[in-house]
Amino acid sequence: MGFLKKSPWVLHYDGSSCNGCDIEVLAALMPKYDVERFGIINTGNPKHADVFLITGSVNTQNVDVIKNIYNQMGEPKVVVAVGACACTGHFFAECYNTLGGIDKVIPVDVYAPGCAARPEVIIDAVVKGLGVLEEKLTKLRKKA
Amino acid sequence: MLVDINVFHGELIMEILSIILYIVLAPVAGGIIAGADRIITARMQSRVGPPVLQPFYDVLKLFSKQNLVVNRFHGDYVICFLVFTILSGCIFFGGGNLLLAIFALIVANVFIVLAAYSTNSPYTLIGAERELLQMLAAEPMLLLSAVALFNVTGTFDISEMLKTTRTPFLYVPGVFLALTYVLTIKLRKSPFDLSTSHHAHQELVKGLTTEFAGPSLAYFEMAHWYETIFMLGLVYLFFANMPIVGVLVALAVYFVEILIDNINARVKWELMLKSAWVVTLILGVGNLFVLYFLSL
Repeated sequence: MGFLKKSPWVLHYDGSSCNGCDIEVLAALMPKYDVERFGIINTGNPKHADVFLITGSVNTQNVDVIKNIYNQMGEPKVVVAVGACACTGHFFAECYNTLGGIDKVIPVDVYAPGCAARPEVIIDAVVKGLGVLEEKLTKLRKKA
Repeated sequence: MLVDINVFHGELIMEILSIILYIVLAPVAGGIIAGADRIITARMQSRVGPPVLQPFYDVLKLFSKQNLVVNRFHGDYVICFLVFTILSGCIFFGGGNLLLAIFALIVANVFIVLAAYSTNSPYTLIGAERELLQMLAAEPMLLLSAVALFNVTGTFDISEMLKTTRTPFLYVPGVFLALTYVLTIKLRKSPFDLSTSHHAHQELVKGLTTEFAGPSLAYFEMAHWYETIFMLGLVYLFFANMPIVGVLVALAVYFVEILIDNINARVKWELMLKSAWVVTLILGVGNLFVLYFLSL
């Protein structure tokens, strides 16, 4: 069953990004990179999504939102941290209102570095995430 | 007498065969049409687009996802939606009564609205209300097209309609145009994709389908394939005596719907309801009046 790999639906959430990475995520959907070639769709609904794409770091205001979205997604699911802020907190890491990278709150499967992360890196990260998705599915099947 | 029984058996076997063929082939054809739809849409936006079989990959993937149902009725209602959509298609393609087929489709629609209402999610509730408005806008025209086909062919039985020597389109072109207008609502295309849509980033998240996840969403997609084939079949009936022309026109109508989908923004429900009824009244009912006065 390799169909997870053929139709990953992405949910994009902007943590506290400067919009640099967000624009690159959108660039990946536009004609130049056109990720729909690989069946990747940008959905606005956590219940339909397979890949949770987060840009920006976690702060005290959005920590509940991120947890909520993560919990609403159906198994198997993958979290991709896009950009330096999402990976480690970058230069906001020491700020009084910032908790740091996404992995401080929910488990992250793939890190896509860069400031801002390039569309190629984002596509690469999602493709890498698909491998993790398959692993998680086989684990789920074994459990059941 | 014996001959009659044999003829009857032959017809029955043909009916059962065409129903089985419909159940097996309709999702295949519907899925391929949906895939072609996505490629054509992508080309219109100067993108390459997904493979033709993408809708099948999507649905097969959805079956391997967790089924997040919010209560014990939710999943059953979606299955009822699928079953009744298939049933309406079986009546239609088995050569049954056209009115009965349309009523079965309305029942299917009621089930999807019930599924949405059972969830208590605000997005889904607004989606359900809009779906009811869409039904209110579209169903009169669907029934009226059945009446128009009856006026031309003298029967509601589809197997009899196919034997007609007249081309219904030539008698009721207004009804045909009004039906294509309403098809935009039934095929969930812009500007009338109010309750839910295939495109991302809608103001209602996903409207009607927000709370469906995994297999339930897969059932919804499959039902939509069956529905598409049903609608194209209805278009075909307007050219019932010319099979090749009928199929070509059905495909052309679908292409026009894709074009309309890509060049229009979503409208408010008031405009959808009013315009659909005005079109139904002027083109649909008007056409029937003309037929009556010319007594054709």
